[in-house]
Amino acid sequence: MTPDEPFIRWDWIVTNLDDIGERTWEHVLMTVIAVGIGFAISFALSLLVVRWRRLYAPVIGVSGVLYAIPSLGLFALLIPFTGVTLLTAEVALVSYTLLILVRNIVAGFDGVAPEVVEAARGMGYGPWQLLWRVQLPLALPTIVAGIRIATVTTVGLVAVTALIGQSNLGSLIIQRGIRASFPTAIMVGAVGSVLLGLLADLAFVALQRRLTPWARARGA
Amino acid sequence: MAPVIPPSPSGAAVVTLEHVAKTYPPPGSAPAVTDLSLTIRAGEICVLVGPSGCGKTTTMKMINRLIEPSGGRITIDGEDVAAIPAVELRRRIGYVIQQVGLFPHLTVAENVAVVPRLLRWPEARIRERVEELLDLVRLEPAGYRDRYPAALSGGERQRVGVARALAADPPLMLMDEPFGAVDPILRDRLQNEFLRLQARVRKTIVFVTHDVDEAIKMADRIAILQRGGVLAQYDAPDAILASPASEFVEHFVGADRGLKRLSLARVRDLPLSEPLTASPGADRGELRRRLEAAGADYVLLLDAERRPLGWIGRHELGGDGAVAAEDATPGSPTLQPETTLRDALSTMLGSSVQMGVVVDEREAVLGLVSVDAISEVLRAGAAR
Repeated sequence: MTPDEPFIRWDWIVTNLDDIGERTWEHVLMTVIAVGIGFAISFALSLLVVRWRRLYAPVIGVSGVLYAIPSLGLFALLIPFTGVTLLTAEVALVSYTLLILVRNIVAGFDGVAPEVVEAARGMGYGPWQLLWRVQLPLALPTIVAGIRIATVTTVGLVAVTALIGQSNLGSLIIQRGIRASFPTAIMVGAVGSVLLGLLADLAFVALQRRLTPWARARGA
Repeated sequence: MAPVIPPSPSGAAVVTLEHVAKTYPPPGSAPAVTDLSLTIRAGEICVLVGPSGCGKTTTMKMINRLIEPSGGRITIDGEDVAAIPAVELRRRIGYVIQQVGLFPHLTVAENVAVVPRLLRWPEARIRERVEELLDLVRLEPAGYRDRYPAALSGGERQRVGVARALAADPPLMLMDEPFGAVDPILRDRLQNEFLRLQARVRKTIVFVTHDVDEAIKMADRIAILQRGGVLAQYDAPDAILASPASEFVEHFVGADRGLKRLSLARVRDLPLSEPLTASPGADRGELRRRLEAAGADYVLLLDAERRPLGWIGRHELGGDGAVAAEDATPGSPTLQPETTLRDALSTMLGSSVQMGVVVDEREAVLGLVSVDAISEVLRAGAAR
C-alpha cells in the first residue's frame, strides 16, 4: 500500500465484482450446509431428549464443550483426521450450532402447554400426529429463533475457515487483504459478511411472524 | 333460531366398570383405585366426586385409556375397552378438561374439526358439522369461525371445548372439572347452558369434580369416592342427601345437606294449599266469620285479575263496612313454580307471614306454600 493510494479502491471493487459475488455465494453455501446439517442432528437429538429426559444433561454437556472450544483450536484438532478440507471446516461449523439449536428445540417442545398435549392425546392423536400436528407447530417460533441465532453466528464463523484455506468472504479478508496489505479487500469481506448476517437475521424475523399468525390474534 | 340437532345416530353408551383397580409404580404403593364396580346408564350424567386423592380422575382416565388399569374390566356398550386400540377408542369418546386445551395455532373452526379430521370425514361434512356445533353452543359461526383461541374469553373457550368434544357425535363424553377454571358467576351460567344442551343431545357423561354443589346440580347419579378409589355411595343426588350411606358421605356432603336437598326440588313439586281470598269491597263481618270458620288468621286480598294485593289479619278486620285495597299489607313474598325450595324457604323466613304466594307468569295466584310444607319434604323420603 503506497501512501498516496486511497483507503478504498472502488475501481478494484468494480472490476472484481464477479469474484466478490462468487465468494459471497460460497459463504452462503457454507453457512447453509452447516446450519442444515446442524439442524438435522440437533432435531434428532432433541427428539431423543424430549422422549428420554435423562439424555438432556449429557447432550447439552457435550455440545457445550464443543461450543467452548475456540474455532482455531478445533480446526487444529481436526486437521490430523480430515486434513485441510471443506469437511474439516464444516465439522467445526456444525459442532458450533448444536448447543444453540438443541437448547431452542427442546425449549420449544417444553413450552407447549401440557393441557394442549393432554387434550390432543385425549381426542385420539397418535404419538406421531401429536408431534407433527401439535407439538412441532407450537414449538416452531422458539425453534426458528434458535435457527436464527445459529445462522448469524455461523455467518461470522465461516469467515474464519479462510484460515484453513476455504474460499469465501473470509478469504477476501485474509488472503487478499491482510497478507497482501490491501485494505479494500478487508473492507469488502468484512462489510459483506456483516450484511449477510443482517439479511439472514431479517429473513428469519419475517419467517417467524409468518409462521405464527395465531400469536397476533391476542386482543384482536 | 337454534338449529335442530337430530337425535344422535350413535345414541348414548352404557359404561360398566368391573372390579377396576389401579396401582401406580413403584410396586407396593397404596392403590389409587381399589376394586371399583359401577354401571353408568345410557344418557345419564354420572358425576365422580370426592376429596383429592380419591382416584376420581384416575377412574375417568381409565375409561379412555389415558391411564391403563392394573386390574378389572371396563366396557362401553359391552365392548371391552382394552380390546380397542387406544387412539381409536379416544376418537369415539368426547373429552373436555379444565384448562380446555384448545390448540392455540388452530382457529375455532379448525379446533372443532379436530376429531372429524382425524376420522377423515369429507371436508363438506366437516364444514357443515362445525357450523351446527357452533350454533349449538351459541357462538355465532360467522363471528367466531376464524378466530384464534387467544382472541376468546374464558367462557367462549369453554364453549368451543364442549363443541370440539361433541364434534364426532360420540356416545360418551368425559369431562374433567370442565368448569373448574372460571369464576363462580360464569360457572353457574355454563353449568345451566350445559344442562340445557345435555337435555337435547342426551349423551352418557362421566363428569369429575371435587365440588359437592356442582355434583348435586349436574348429576343424574353421583358416585362418591373416598381415598383409594373406594366407592362410598352411588345414587341419585337426592337419595344421597336424604340418606348418606356412611359417616364419610354425611361429612363430605356437608352439614347443610337438608338445604342442599331443597335446592333440588322446586315449588311446583309441592302440593299447593288454597288460600282464603277476598276482593276489595268484601264485607268485614262476613270475612271475620269466614276466618273463624276456617280457623285461619289471614285473608289474601286479590285484585280483579287475581293478582295478590296483600294480607289482612283478623285483628285488622274490626268494625263494619267493606275492606279496601289499602287495608292489605303488601310485600308478602311471591314465588314462581320454578323457584327452588331453598330459595322459597329463604324468602319466606324473611317475611312476616311465613307463607309463600305462588303466582303464574301473569302474576295471578296459583296457591300457597307454607314453611311446614317444605319441612315435610325433608322429612319424607324423596323430594322429587
